[in-house]
Amino acid sequence: MASWGRPENSRLIGKRVQRLSGADKATGKAKYTFDINRPGLLYGHILRSSVAHATITHIDLSAAEALPGVKAAIPLIEPGKRVRFEGQEIAAVAATTDDIARDALRLIQVDYDELDYVVDMEDAKEAGAPQIRDDWEGNQSEPRVDERGDLEAGFAEAAVEVEATYHAPVQTHVCLETHGNVAEWDGDNLTVWASTQAVFGTRQNLARHFELPENQVRVITEHMGGGFGSKFGPGVEGVTVAKLARITGAPVKLMLTRKDEHLVGGNRPSMTQTVRAGAAQDGRFVAYDMSGYGTGGIGSGAGFTGPYVYHVPNYRTEKSAVAINAGSARAMRAPGHPQGAFAMDSLMDELAEKLNIDPLEFRRINGDSDARRDRIRQAEYTLGAQEIGWHRRNRVPGSGTGVKKRGIGVGCGLWGGGGGPGTEARVTIHASGAVEATTGTQDIGTGIRTVIAMIVAEELGLRPQDITVKVGDTAPGLPSRGSGGSQTIGSVAPVIKTAAMAAKRKLFAHIAPMVEADPGNLRAVGGRIRTESDLRMSISWKEATGYLGMETISEGGEWDENLRVGDTAGVQFADVEVDTETGLVKVIKIVAVQDCGLVVNRLTTESQINGAVIMGLGYALLEERIMDDQTGKMINANLEDYKVPGTMEIPEIVSIAYDTDRKITGIGEPPTIPTAGAIANAVYNAIGVRIRELPITPDKVLNALG
Amino acid sequence: MSKEKEKDQTQGTSISRRSFLKGVGTGAVAASVAPSVLIDAETAAEAQMGEEITRAKIKLDINDKAYEVEVESRTTLLSVLRDGFDTSGNRVDLTGAKPICERGECGGCTVQVDGKAVYSCMTLALDAQGKQITTVEGLADGDQLHPVQEAFVQHDALMCGFCTPGFVVAAKSFLDQNPSPSHEEIKEGLAGNICRCGTYPFIFEAVKTASRKMGG
Repeated sequence: MASWGRPENSRLIGKRVQRLSGADKATGKAKYTFDINRPGLLYGHILRSSVAHATITHIDLSAAEALPGVKAAIPLIEPGKRVRFEGQEIAAVAATTDDIARDALRLIQVDYDELDYVVDMEDAKEAGAPQIRDDWEGNQSEPRVDERGDLEAGFAEAAVEVEATYHAPVQTHVCLETHGNVAEWDGDNLTVWASTQAVFGTRQNLARHFELPENQVRVITEHMGGGFGSKFGPGVEGVTVAKLARITGAPVKLMLTRKDEHLVGGNRPSMTQTVRAGAAQDGRFVAYDMSGYGTGGIGSGAGFTGPYVYHVPNYRTEKSAVAINAGSARAMRAPGHPQGAFAMDSLMDELAEKLNIDPLEFRRINGDSDARRDRIRQAEYTLGAQEIGWHRRNRVPGSGTGVKKRGIGVGCGLWGGGGGPGTEARVTIHASGAVEATTGTQDIGTGIRTVIAMIVAEELGLRPQDITVKVGDTAPGLPSRGSGGSQTIGSVAPVIKTAAMAAKRKLFAHIAPMVEADPGNLRAVGGRIRTESDLRMSISWKEATGYLGMETISEGGEWDENLRVGDTAGVQFADVEVDTETGLVKVIKIVAVQDCGLVVNRLTTESQINGAVIMGLGYALLEERIMDDQTGKMINANLEDYKVPGTMEIPEIVSIAYDTDRKITGIGEPPTIPTAGAIANAVYNAIGVRIRELPITPDKVLNALG
Repeated sequence: MSKEKEKDQTQGTSISRRSFLKGVGTGAVAASVAPSVLIDAETAAEAQMGEEITRAKIKLDINDKAYEVEVESRTTLLSVLRDGFDTSGNRVDLTGAKPICERGECGGCTVQVDGKAVYSCMTLALDAQGKQITTVEGLADGDQLHPVQEAFVQHDALMCGFCTPGFVVAAKSFLDQNPSPSHEEIKEGLAGNICRCGTYPFIFEAVKTASRKMGG
């Protein structure tokens, strides 16, 4: 049975290895979809609805078509149909320059028959609000109810109760490379360079749309500028660019503008939940009654977790989605979890305070609902508390003196991330000594390319840079899953590992007779092949592969569930400083203790944890899509008014990659979950007033302080 | 690109449509264009609609190479770098600088002009005439990476990498001016750039390492 072996025997696994694409990215050589310049390239843009809700009565493309340089102008909606949010697609153009394409959009005449709209969740729930979805009655989905235990009995046992309402805003992904594609036809063969998290998913979608066999569509994603869950499938823009390319007979690039990206590129739905909860005198969490909803715009999904992490025997939850006239939600880094975790960890602190128990102790008592995770989590509490200096926290919240008050808080998260079957890969050894590892995954910035090279190099006794990794292309016909749910490494690594093992076995079998050794006695170490029992025989890798002559070894692998693990636990601690005169919250330090299964590349794992914490910090303090109910529009659809964390907001981050066992797991999402809860609790510990609404902006702090 | 298509492209934009201020290519004209573009590129572009358009050939010195390019008054330096053609029909194709926010909010398009970091999306090509332009592609010496680039790779100061060229140029320019910065000075010095993957902590480390390597 395959295993990753013992840490002391690993040459590469678990070490810090520089990203293979690092130099290309730091020199500007790395070509992203946005950078693909094909001969004769045209530029596409999409005209979008300028209003939140209207029936389109007329579209006149003639002036745009007549503009010199415009090669195509097509409608994307039929007159008579409704647009339901600002940003919905109306028409598209392709022109010889980007400027002309943008000019052409301004020449398109659209007549709107405007309808009443609603962009506020509470307004949307009112009777008589404008109807947004045809498949719902009203604007609220049928609530989903989950029940467990006996809620009444739970409350009867409770010594303390908390009732509170928590709110989290809509957060947008803000991928720095906007969604988009370059499409080029050669007869009935379509090639698309896509900024996507799923080359095979995108291929399937396009093939279906254009009624082509899959092998006539090729999707390429060499480098990708951020997706965070929002880039699966070609989207309207992907289908549109392929249409424009077909009509014009030329390659077309169509990348969303920054404003488009905010409006239609996806978002994390909001959350409003009202909870009543109770705990017994001995510290047991005994009852949880929660009712909540969120908005995914015109989309239907707005789920969030709750109860979360902690064990509560009696609960009832009621969750629904509310439609508003705004762009649709998409999966966003740990969908549903950060909002649920923020509310749950706030609630845990509120209950602990009523019981007069240390909030960390309260969490320890009400351990993780999963036994394996709980064992890990308890150890993480100890590690993190020590690193942050938990004893320094204010025993009485808000009791610090001075204008700037410090506070410490804790938050938790859990995630799956174990991957699954469905990846095909090949490891190829050439007579020249060259080694290729090929699979249909894509490196979306997570470093899977480097991880693949490390695994193959470990197995073959080579260096990571000796391995040519080919990912992000459907052409080799080796499918893999989309990179979402932190499933990439758990899906890909086992297949790569077993493929490398198979290739090595085959190489050994081939050369064993030549070197008069038993294949079972051969080892690949330090760029050489040698015998294990005695060091009599030792030849260089190239000498060994030279025996292949005209042959090439190319082996596939099998997904092996014993090589990966899911269900990870994470704990974070925040140390903040709140300026009670300006209301500004400054995060001083975050300690992130994250169950990482088996760490493959410690360097890029730390990068992932840093990045996830920083996105969580943005969620806690800065980020919010602001809809204007006077116009129905998003009023901060740019990078100035929509605040993402910048250099000045970055705290000291101590990431403790907690290796729990020798199995691989995905780590892109889990460390973004606990951050907002930890920060909110730290703010409370600093000022002694609870802020139950994200983001915790200065105005909310000042209002809370009164 | 074929000659036919190239010719077509030139014709496409040379048709009269938009005003180009008289005496294109002089500093005075560029200065008079710049404020309106800086205030609101969209509005300025709309204001020009329907008026006569003119194009001009200008020379740009990019990474110690002379380029002759044809531009409009509104053409940004970023647009020339990424999408421009020289007058022989060859693409400039310097795609390192990235269009991210389109309006001077993120630093993804940062290049050096006469040694100073500028947002190339907010710099008119006309204004870059006669100046030394250095893009991220111009920092390495052949295969030898610039110490800032080396440090970015060493510390994994990049994930998806889309903001990286802007950060690398900004960091280089910053270190040129402040060779041995403190942690807080690094944060302030790079505050004009945004990274969504959250590589900041390792960027700070990289800048410190680069500073040491460069003798700061």
